[in-house]
Amino acid sequence: MPAMHNTTEQHEIEHLRQEHLMLDPRPRGEMNSMVMDAMLTTSWKFWVVFAVLSVVVAICLFYTWGYLIAEGTGVAGLTNPVYWGIFLVNTVFWIGISHAGTFVSALLRVFKAEYRRPFTRAAELMTTFGLAQAALSVFMHMGRVWLSYWLFPYPNERALWPNFHSPLSWDFLAINTYLLGSTMYLFMPLIPDLAMARDRSTGWRKTFYRILSLGFRGTEGEWTHLRAAMNIFAFAILPVMFSVHTIVSWDFAAAMRPGWNSTIFGPYFVVGALHSGIAAVAMVLVVIRSTVKNMKYFLRAEHFGALGMLMLIVSMGWAYFFFNDYMVQWYGGNKFTDALLHFHEKGPTDWMWFAMLILNVAIPWLTLWSKKIRSSPWALFFIGLGINIGMWFERFIIIPTSLAINFMPFTWRTYKPGVEIPLSIGTLAFFVLLYMAASRLVPLVPVWEVQEGQLAHTLRKVGKETIVSVAEME
Amino acid sequence: MSELNNPQSKPKLKETEQGKWGLVVDQDLCTGCQACVVACAMENNIPFVGEEDAAYGRAMHWIRIERFWEGEYLEVKSTPFQPVMCQQCGAAPCEPVCPVFASVHSESEQVNSQVYNRCVGTRYCANNCPYVARTFNWRDYTRPEPLNNQLNPDVTVRRRGVMEKCTFCIQRIRKVEDKAKSEVREVADGEVQPACVQACPANALIFGRVDDPESNVSRASFSGRAVELLEELGTKPRVTYLKGGSEYARNA
Repeated sequence: MPAMHNTTEQHEIEHLRQEHLMLDPRPRGEMNSMVMDAMLTTSWKFWVVFAVLSVVVAICLFYTWGYLIAEGTGVAGLTNPVYWGIFLVNTVFWIGISHAGTFVSALLRVFKAEYRRPFTRAAELMTTFGLAQAALSVFMHMGRVWLSYWLFPYPNERALWPNFHSPLSWDFLAINTYLLGSTMYLFMPLIPDLAMARDRSTGWRKTFYRILSLGFRGTEGEWTHLRAAMNIFAFAILPVMFSVHTIVSWDFAAAMRPGWNSTIFGPYFVVGALHSGIAAVAMVLVVIRSTVKNMKYFLRAEHFGALGMLMLIVSMGWAYFFFNDYMVQWYGGNKFTDALLHFHEKGPTDWMWFAMLILNVAIPWLTLWSKKIRSSPWALFFIGLGINIGMWFERFIIIPTSLAINFMPFTWRTYKPGVEIPLSIGTLAFFVLLYMAASRLVPLVPVWEVQEGQLAHTLRKVGKETIVSVAEME
Repeated sequence: MSELNNPQSKPKLKETEQGKWGLVVDQDLCTGCQACVVACAMENNIPFVGEEDAAYGRAMHWIRIERFWEGEYLEVKSTPFQPVMCQQCGAAPCEPVCPVFASVHSESEQVNSQVYNRCVGTRYCANNCPYVARTFNWRDYTRPEPLNNQLNPDVTVRRRGVMEKCTFCIQRIRKVEDKAKSEVREVADGEVQPACVQACPANALIFGRVDDPESNVSRASFSGRAVELLEELGTKPRVTYLKGGSEYARNA
């Protein structure tokens, strides 16, 4: 009897190990070399995709943008009265994507959610590269981009300052703060991993990691300082993250326009950003898991399940804000707002309005409740893709579609995109390209964080029950 | 006065000063002939955008004639015309939103000025203008020979990426003010005529000082027919519309 009991228990422990990364430790040396291998093993397929994306970026982004600057904004589809179009849709979209990186990393770190450990880095990289696309899109939007430095409060002989009453100035400062903050927040947890890579590489990589790791040796004092700094940043970056998307929403909410002038836009945009951002994290993780070596060990069904649950909750939050915004605007009965709401659901882009609701609400609600579906990477990938498309539609409806309707019915006119389309493809390709390049240069998995977690987790036997215990390490 | 240096020190100041220049548009007289549109384009060096861009809605006019139908076709009661230009708001929504102070309130004329040199083309002002009075230079527009010879030397030629709008023909206001000053006298009522007012064959447009209760423009704006466009938004426009004359006639 005791032998049989042992087998069942053994089986149970084996099952727990398979399911949870934290309970499936590997020796330090082995794990380090797994991550190094993941970074250094590059197949020919990678280079084919890399080359194709480089060509797409060169043509769709840099060449087309040069053409746009040389010819003027007229080559885009913008017109009177739709003065803002897909460029700003992309800006809001990419800022949304960049939100999740910091959210997943900082919020889950603050709340000590253990499942975050293997994918914080992958998420933080999205923040930095997503913000880069958002910034590019803003500059594409400007009529005279070569004068964009006028938005900086720099000293000049005419004592001209930017206008701090303008939501665009707030936005400019908020995005810059977020870009700086999130880049530092990406860099700090990277230091121990860069030091690890330094000790395991030769040639130019050795020099590269030596410079970036700032001479980190892993002494007690260095760890203490690093932990303190990361803790401060994890707490400080959260309000910054909330402020950024709230301020982005104020670009619209502070304006005197039907449909935009809504007090709920701040939190509505924050939740919308998380909605597309967390879905994007899930998509990136699925791609990493299926293309990068050794990642099936680090990224498991439990991680996708946890992200799937987050996606479901955020989807409910988004639906709540959408309904609240829509309901109050509709009940208000203002004739221009009324015309706008009818234009949303019965106008030329009505299909987009319905697609938004199906992709953002109906599909996540119908699928993500099931653990089987949300734990399956490719199912989650396609649900996430749907959410991202739906959220892009949402921004499209808020910006160019809503701009078609204003207080002067004589001027109502719709929008047909021009060079916005290649430029959107270009920014997407540039994001993927930067991410691919980064995946060859920095360890995608924060090894020290995984190891720390695995040290903290032990299986204890209490009576006849095997339970997981987590030690407080920090 | 130092507070006036800040264009955002909002309507309080601007409105107690009761601005100087104002325009009255008599919709009962307007025939919709578009002479004002043409005159404005000639006076202010407004470019022709070409057929394709114009069809897409990018025609650049600082004044437009809106035409409405009252009643269904065959039973059309009237086709009122509504010329719309920048309303030179006292509390202009376009001013606070510009991140680089390109849209500012001028102290001396109490009109809303657009500083072309400063504009970086975010187009926020145009989005926030409830009258859709602003136009944007989507491209660099050419003026083939001999059209370049008709450019007005008193008005800047704008390049691509810059927002522009009605100025109340500020160059004409300045010219008359300077002339009066050199002759040591006040500017007479009706002496300043923006291009649209000068060109209007129906005398549907009256321009003058609204701080002078005896001026034609002030008297017209006290009329029972006077309304302001989108008054409920609280922009304090400096343009007054007169309409409803046919109703008065019917009731009389």
